[in-house]
Order: sequence, then structure tokens, then C-alpha cells
Amino acid sequence: MKLTGAEILCESLTRLGVREIFGYPGGAILPVYDALGKSKLHHVLVRHEQGATHMADGYARASGGVGVAMATSGPGATNMVTGIATAMLDSSPVVCITGQVSSKVLGSDAFQEIDITGITMPITKHNVVVSRAEDIARTIREAFVIASSGRPGPVLVDITKDAQQTSAEFDWEASAPKLPPKRQRTNQDQAEFDRAVELLNSAKRPVILAGHGIMVSDAMRAFEQFVRAGNFPVAMTLLGIGCFPAKDPLNLGMMGMHGEAWVNNAIQEADLLIAVGMRFDDRVTGDLRTYAKTARKIHIEIDRAEINKNVKVDAALVGDAREVLEKLIPQIETRDRSPWIRHIAESKGDSAVVDIQSLPDNGHLYAAHVINDIWKETHGEAIVVTDVGQHQMWEAQYYHHNRPRTLITSGGLGTMGFALPAAIGAKFAKPDAEVWVVVGDGGFQMTMSELATIVQEKINIKIAIINNGFLGMVRQWQEFFYDKRYVATPLVAPDFAALANAFGIRGERITKRAEVVPVIRSARESAETVLIDFRVEQEDSVYPMVAAGASLSDMIRRPNSPLVETATEP
Amino acid sequence: MQTLVAYVENKPGVLNRVASLARRLAINIDSLTVGPTENEEIARMTIVAHTDEKGAHRLEASLEKLVDVRLAENVSSRALLERDLALIKVSADQQNRPHLMELIKVFRARVVDVAPESLIIEVSGAVDKIDGLLEVLRPFGVLEMARSGRISMTRGGDLLRPPIAPPESFEAVTTESK
Repeated sequence: MKLTGAEILCESLTRLGVREIFGYPGGAILPVYDALGKSKLHHVLVRHEQGATHMADGYARASGGVGVAMATSGPGATNMVTGIATAMLDSSPVVCITGQVSSKVLGSDAFQEIDITGITMPITKHNVVVSRAEDIARTIREAFVIASSGRPGPVLVDITKDAQQTSAEFDWEASAPKLPPKRQRTNQDQAEFDRAVELLNSAKRPVILAGHGIMVSDAMRAFEQFVRAGNFPVAMTLLGIGCFPAKDPLNLGMMGMHGEAWVNNAIQEADLLIAVGMRFDDRVTGDLRTYAKTARKIHIEIDRAEINKNVKVDAALVGDAREVLEKLIPQIETRDRSPWIRHIAESKGDSAVVDIQSLPDNGHLYAAHVINDIWKETHGEAIVVTDVGQHQMWEAQYYHHNRPRTLITSGGLGTMGFALPAAIGAKFAKPDAEVWVVVGDGGFQMTMSELATIVQEKINIKIAIINNGFLGMVRQWQEFFYDKRYVATPLVAPDFAALANAFGIRGERITKRAEVVPVIRSARESAETVLIDFRVEQEDSVYPMVAAGASLSDMIRRPNSPLVETATEP
Repeated sequence: MQTLVAYVENKPGVLNRVASLARRLAINIDSLTVGPTENEEIARMTIVAHTDEKGAHRLEASLEKLVDVRLAENVSSRALLERDLALIKVSADQQNRPHLMELIKVFRARVVDVAPESLIIEVSGAVDKIDGLLEVLRPFGVLEMARSGRISMTRGGDLLRPPIAPPESFEAVTTESK
């Protein structure tokens, strides 16, 4: 069957199970758009190509599959860079398809020509230029394999305009992926495995560090069995949240810079850390010289390059988290850990038993209350997509996730503007799920043009803007470390409710605590998108905090505050 | 200094990916040689990098993550045969020529070009040997020099062969939820 390159692309994407493509047309990708119009693929028109990449990313994270973004050459492609880097740092399988000028003029600085494969080389798992129609099907199939296998990541496929226009024989069977053979480097070292088992069974004060890799490898069941087998307390990374139920008594909560004090203390006092699908990021470890000095370390990780990168480990089990855990489970001897677990529980003190909801209304509206109310009203079942900053940390602290893939957030790159487009992508992946955006007034203003995408696509998500009139996290650093010199952090914003109305979206503004629950309920009852502008306390800070580069043992605690450090199950 | 051997796809852009990776990891490359192998699809690289064992591990593991790299191996601690090739143009007149020829013989180098005022000397061997010859030639006046960079091979039965297994069958990949 002879098809044009553009038709081959659409047919290949359809056969790969793609339903939605997030993109923006332009000259060098026009043949593909013409073919798209004749295909069954649904194209979501974004308002900026950065939004397309975040949507594909949100789609991938919510579904566990591959998200697809599309743009034209030149500025269309360069606008994708931030979204590609975001997906790279959080190991998210995104395939980006860009148009490129015709192969005959490549390298001549033609109109809207840019070397996007050169630009994205360090921020993609792989990228490739396709200049022949007959190579398109195989290249796209390879892109999907690369993006989703091993440690996932973004792949960019740059297709020249002539490759889209010329015709070639389309043969799906003959275009199977043909990737270069690799040496298989799985963990075959029995001695290393035995050492890990020995460490696991002899530990008195173990703590598991649970990361994103557990979700990537779909290892939730194996992980739970592993936890139960060894009675191991579990600390979560930001991206690990959801891989093990928050309500489980063995789940301690989030670790790191804004982790609860008892979590970080447990890590500092542990005699064994079992890191699963995480990479000892600096936001998790603090000062490496003082990090978990008394603990031996086991690292279960698919990416060999992460072993001993930041933290030297005693046993490295390189491989897929699920496979490694399943191999370990039969070797675990059940141990009574009650003294250690009791010790951790005691270190929680009052903060674990006082519910912030029981505190009297002192006239101030705190972000923590807003997020905690969203958690209660949605019964902890919503997919929450956050941006980056204070609200992101409050979400991690006050919304308790029991299911995987329900917290979607930019962890590694910390990309402001991520939340709104990523939530749109998540909604397409899970049309029946309740999707909430939790976003600051700063980050929202970076990609708020995607409100128009919401209206055009008639989708239903709920947007909670945690509006404190500041770039809050930066302001907090200025308060703590720059003597309250608030340079460039006070932020003027439009009237978000009126702005929403201008887009044709219902907008609300909330200033009092008593209004929070009613507005959440009313928003949930609506079948359409609702935007709520929560005017929260302006100079509230996220506690506890480990200053950048400080020891995990040196936490800045909340000073005489009306709020305790966390909320627990009601 | 650490030595890595890599088998990579013999196609455009691969050298850029390897070099870009070293740059991203802030590892300075002392020398990088690349040439074809007996299999025309595969090229072989010897990378000599200014880094420690930890850095070499990171470079090795990160290189192997590149789709176009079939194998990367830090061979620094193994029994290695290392070779560097140098062409050295040295000024030579009637008076010092005999003395020069004597030195060239001692170093088992060869004269490959003779001109009235200069000679080109070809020498191959371990880096130390070339550095040694260079040292003694310097007083004569080294006019120009080109060095190939190091190529390395593990000795004896310690084989480092590229994986050429037929492509494995890939599982069907879809965008559907797990």
C-alpha cells in the first residue's frame, strides 16, 4: 500500500494505540496535519508548544503509557524544550514529533529551520531526523520502544517536509523496530544479591526510600508484599507518592527538604536504607557528608549510571524494580520491628495526632487548609496535578494519596507552568477521573493561556490557585536566607476569577476559611471546569525545611504557629 | 586518567552524542579515537578521560544508555596494550642529522620524509615512549607534531567484542494504560 510519509505517520501512531496528539501546526508540519484530518486521531490544539509537551507528559504520567506532542519546525520546536527537559528529569515517556524544512535545504538557514536534534540532544533519551518517507514507520515504532522501555524518557523525531510529502510503501510488519543490539547488563551478581539479603535480614532499624521507579515498573503489588514481608517503614520521595498507600501505618510520609521531621530523623537514625527506584537527589539527601551516616545502603535501580552517583551503596541491585523485588521477597525473614516503629511514632509527638482542621478559625486562610479540604472533599481519590513551589510541598504534605499515578508534579526540573497543561493531558488519559490543578499565582501565569484549550476541548477539570501574591517559595528563601529582602517576588496578578470568565470558565474568589468547603463542593458538582482563586495568607512558609546543602538533621521547624506540621487521617 | 573502549553505531552524529555526554558530565576528554571495525555497521572508540574511577563508571554507564552505543567498558584496570602514533617534524641540518638518526634508532622510530632543513619522524608505541622521544627531540626544534590519540586493546584472552545479536523482539508498546 502506497501512502505519503504524513499518512504513514498517522497510520503508525494509530496502530501504536495513540488516541490524542497535543500540538500546534505550522508550515513544516502541514502535510502531517492534512493527514491528521483524515485519520481517527484526535488533535488537541494547544496555545503554546510548551503546553503540548506538558500535556503529553501529564498524559503519560496519568496513564502509564506514552504521550505524544507535535509541533512545527523552528520556534515550534524550540518552544518544546522546557517540556522535553521536564519529561527527561522525571523519566516520563513522551514522543515529540517536529516538522523540519525539506531535506534539500537542510543546513541552509531556511525559514523556520533550526537544528532541534542538536538542541535537544542532552535533554532527550534519544532523538533522530527522518528524511525519507520509508523510514517513518520504523522510526516512530522505535521511538515508542525507546521512550517507554528501561528508564523511560522523551524521544524527539524530526521529520523533514519532503519525507512527509513523498509516498512510500507502507508495510507494518516490515517496519518492526531494529534497534542496535546491546550488551545485557542485568544484575547477575549473586554475591551482590546475597549481600543485600543479608543486610535486609540483619537490619534493626531499616527504612525504605520509595521512588518513582516503583510506579514506572508497575511494581506496586510486589512492593507492598516486600514491605509486609520485612515490616519495613517506608519513606516517600515526591515522585514516589502514591506508590504505597498514605493511610498504611508503615508509610511515614515524604522525605527530604520539606519532609516531616520524623521521616528525616528516621533516615538519619536508620541502620539500613533500601532505596527503590529513586536517585538520591540533593533535595532528598541534603548535605551528603552527614546523610544517613549510620546506615548501610541497598540500591534497587534500573539505571546503572545512578549507582554510587551521589551516595555510595553497599549493595546495588541493578534491574527492573518489580523483578528485583519479586526475587527478594522469598528471601525476606519476617522480623518484629515494633521497637523501631514505636521509636519513629514517638518522635512524631503532637504533630501526628492534632488535625489542622480542629484548629480554630483565626480569620486567616491558610493554603494548608485549602489543600486539606480538597483532600477531604475528594476523599483522596482525585488526580492532583501541581506546579512548583510552596503549594507543591503543601500538596505533598496535606493531600494523602493512596493510589499510584494520582499525584502528577514536576520534581526533577521543577518547571513552573507545568500544572495546568499537564492536568489537561491527565484528563485525556483518565477521562472519568476527577482532576484537580493545584497551582500558585506565579506558575499559573506562565501557562494560563491553556485555559482556552480547556474551553475548546470542553473538558472538566478543577483549578485551585493558591494565590499569596508572591513567588512564594522564592520569597520564603528570601525570608530565611536573605534577611527578608523581597526582591522581585511580590507579584501582581489579574483578577483570576474575572479572567476565567473572559475565557468562558466559571471563576470564584475565596478569602475566608468558611467558604472553602462550600466552593469545593459546588465546583465538584459542576460538569464543567471551575477556577477558584484562593486568596491565602501572604507570608506563610513551608515547614519543616532543610536549607539547601544543610544536613537532614538540621530542620527549620515551624515557630509558634497556629498550624501544626501535618494533618493525619481524620 | 581513565581509559574506556566503546562500540558504537558507525553513522553520522554518534561522535557528537558521545562528546556531548562527556561535556554534560563535566568530564574532560584527553583523547578520543574512532575508527571502523571488521563489522561495517560498528565503529570502535578509545576514550581517554581526565576523571577518577567514579567518573569513569558514570561515563561508562551513561554511554551505554545511548541508543547508538552497543557497549562501553572502563578498561583502565585491565592488562592493556596501548598505542599512540605520532608524526613529528623536527628541524635538521647537516650537522645534527647523524645525531638525530641515532636517537630515532634507539626509539625504533622511522624517518618518513626528508627535506633539506627538516625530517618527519613517525613513531608509534605507548604514550610514554612517544613522550620520551619528544623530550629528546625538543632541543633540535620540533616544528610541528600530529598525534593520533590512544587506541587500546585488552591483552590475551580478555576479549571485548561488540554485541551483534539479532535484534530482540520488542514487546508491543501502546499508549494504553497499564
